[in-house]
Amino acid sequence: MNRRFKSLAATLSSVLLTLFGLTVLTFLIGRVMPVDPVIAAVGDNAPEDVILRVRTEMGLDQPIPVQFLHYLYQLAHGDFGMSVLTKNPVAQDIVRFFPATFELATAALLLAALIGIPLGVWAAVRRGSFTDQAIRVVCLAGHSVPVFMLSLISLLVFYSALDIAPGPGRQDIVYDGMIDTVTGILTIDTLIAGDLGAFWDALAHMAQPVIILAYFSMAYIARMTRAFMIDALKGEFVITARAKGLTLTKVIWGHAFPTVAVQLVTVIALTYAGLLEGAVVTETVFSWPGIGQYLTVSLMNADMNPVIGTTLLIGLIYVGLNLIADILYRVLDPRVK
Amino acid sequence: MVSRRNFLIGGAALPFLSYIELADTAFAATPKDILVVAQQLDNMTSLDPHEGFEAVGGEVMSNMYQKLVRANSDNPDHVLPVVAASWEADADNKVFTFKLADAKFSSGASVTGEDVAFSLQRAIKMNKSPAFIINQFGFTAENVESRIVAKDAKTVTLTTEAPTAISFLLFCLSANIGAIVEKKVVLANETNGDLGNAWLQKNSAGSGSFKLQAWKASESITLVLNENGPYKGNLKRVIIRHVVDPSSQMLMLQKGDVDIARDLTSEQLKALQSDDGIVLVRKQIASLVLISLNQNNANLAKPQVWQAVKWALDYEGMQKNIVPLTHAVHQSMEPAGFPGTVTDTPFKQDLEKAKALMAEAGLKDGFDITLDHYSAQPYPDLAQAIQANLGAIGIRVKLQSAENRQVLTKMRARGHEMALSAWGTDYFDPNSNAEVFCINKDNSDDAKKKPFAWRSSFKSDEFTAKAEAARDEKDPAKRLALYETLQRDFMANSPFAVMFQTTRTAACRKNVNGFQLGVLSEGNSYLETNKA
Repeated sequence: MNRRFKSLAATLSSVLLTLFGLTVLTFLIGRVMPVDPVIAAVGDNAPEDVILRVRTEMGLDQPIPVQFLHYLYQLAHGDFGMSVLTKNPVAQDIVRFFPATFELATAALLLAALIGIPLGVWAAVRRGSFTDQAIRVVCLAGHSVPVFMLSLISLLVFYSALDIAPGPGRQDIVYDGMIDTVTGILTIDTLIAGDLGAFWDALAHMAQPVIILAYFSMAYIARMTRAFMIDALKGEFVITARAKGLTLTKVIWGHAFPTVAVQLVTVIALTYAGLLEGAVVTETVFSWPGIGQYLTVSLMNADMNPVIGTTLLIGLIYVGLNLIADILYRVLDPRVK
Repeated sequence: MVSRRNFLIGGAALPFLSYIELADTAFAATPKDILVVAQQLDNMTSLDPHEGFEAVGGEVMSNMYQKLVRANSDNPDHVLPVVAASWEADADNKVFTFKLADAKFSSGASVTGEDVAFSLQRAIKMNKSPAFIINQFGFTAENVESRIVAKDAKTVTLTTEAPTAISFLLFCLSANIGAIVEKKVVLANETNGDLGNAWLQKNSAGSGSFKLQAWKASESITLVLNENGPYKGNLKRVIIRHVVDPSSQMLMLQKGDVDIARDLTSEQLKALQSDDGIVLVRKQIASLVLISLNQNNANLAKPQVWQAVKWALDYEGMQKNIVPLTHAVHQSMEPAGFPGTVTDTPFKQDLEKAKALMAEAGLKDGFDITLDHYSAQPYPDLAQAIQANLGAIGIRVKLQSAENRQVLTKMRARGHEMALSAWGTDYFDPNSNAEVFCINKDNSDDAKKKPFAWRSSFKSDEFTAKAEAARDEKDPAKRLALYETLQRDFMANSPFAVMFQTTRTAACRKNVNGFQLGVLSEGNSYLETNKA
């Protein structure tokens, strides 16, 4: 019990320390970068007296340590500050933008894992064959062609030329303002609203960005699975299983794959974290109002409260997913137990 | 007998079959009474007309609110009446009386003198970024209630601090800061004495063509028809969608998912010129591209060097090869389309003349200098051309690229040597630019006013006097004549090389007509827009 408590305390301390470090770093970058945040608030042409007043209102006339302490005090009260651009509390903006990214990332990860893992296993089993080479080429293309190019090609082919997919955006204008926001996840909200037309429309709008992101992630997952699986298939326990006369399917999925699954947990967790961080380029090309776009727009306009708030959220996601991966390690790997 | 495998395959295929069915209906063109616009909406901060001071927001607000008068794009020397039916000045040019026309807010209430007086008082009291446009007439939070007065339901008087040219006052009132808001509605939404500011940032209470239905930051703006407003066309809604990527805007326009694309690149516009289904609406806007020479650099402080730089630049070549569809050669500090703007372009590339001027300045062997410029196109390409042009007369330019706010921050701190940047005019009067380029009375580092000239440490008592004389001239025709003289003097004798004026293009589908672009963003109007 005592050991468990110590382990939990160590983990929590590590998480808090990481988040604190992230806060300090992001805050400092925001304050020392060579862009005046007041310009973002009032525009370049604002008169000097307005600039001075707004600088005071934003607390930017205070020494940096004082500003930082004030920010920490705000954070401790769950206040990430206001966004200059949206005129909303940052927390409220995050609640609005994050579900769009979550919806995209989760669907993309599921698709990527469902295709990538079997492909990786297949490539490992058929190592050196035509199948292996074909999978390698497909994966290489997925991971090396820039996402914006894949996105634009996809729009050009499926939206513009073939007319079988909708254009950029989360939903068609006929549904604009028709669906009440409950979870922020449009596919779920449309179902809650009982509007099947809107549901299919939301799903259709998701198809292209999800497939692009899934392809990109699938390539990585498949390559890693292949590498882990090749190692596993060399194991003596696999040779023994085969010598005992087990079918290939049973050897692969019953004996070799469980050992690979442990390593894959980390790969999938990190892939998911990367997707949740906001696929900025994909969100930009597909006009997807997600957290990546929110962060980019804020950064470009020197709107620092959203930048810090979003960075902390991303940090929290990484730390959280790493924690989950650690826990799953303990569940899946008997040696850790 | 259906096998388990076939059942699963069939089940999996069902959604896709439904999707194909859906594709025929959902991806059709936009409805005739809804105008869909693809536009970059990422730098909007407020839709309160007495606060917002950015281009995109300015455009949206000008479609929701009316002002006493508005700029006239056909004849920029005269304004057009809107809420004001007529106006007159007293003999001293200090008291200006406005008689109001009939207009109604989106609530159905009539626009009264009290609403007009409240709106202008509100702008002064809130003192947000654009307030200087009208507080320069001597209005302050303390005196505004006695100086801007509703005499009756149809009459408002404005009393300025000093005698004022009526044309100057009218031009300033045509800016969004002069927007009329509905007093009752705004005050009903006041919190903590903010005069309804927080509410009006995301709502509307105007008498313009449309009212605000929703603003989802970084996503969309939806305007719905103001049934009581001046719009008489067939549109019921205008949806402005935030589409960042110009390639996506182009595809959506060609497919008919949007009716107007606002941020296409030069290359895309070139391709669309031959597209019969697209009409390009073009307008020179009040944004100048110029080089500033900081006078705290000894070499750049020499008037011969100002001249040498201006004669070394290949304006025509840069325009034709780098910015053919987005910029026009322009050398005056006032943008074309403004009252009294000089459109002559006296400077052409003449390297021999430029070299002689360098020699006259005692800089025959040239000098090294850094040119800061925006990192977004076309600035890097322009900067490289400038580097080559100036290199030909011995000025060895080192280029320093940065995001535009970074360059502006550096210029505000007078940290640049040479800078290639843009300047957007604030309001529809020649004083707007003349003031920032010419009137710099205190050149010290801690000056209270820091106009554009101050940023490059340029102080000229002669220009200050001339700009003030033009600003204060009561006779409108004489006033414009003074500005013309000032522009020519400034063009020849200042450390600012104005090179280009930006041309904005809106690509519209053929069935959309009547969309207008203005020289200022508040002139971008859906008032006469229709969809066939």
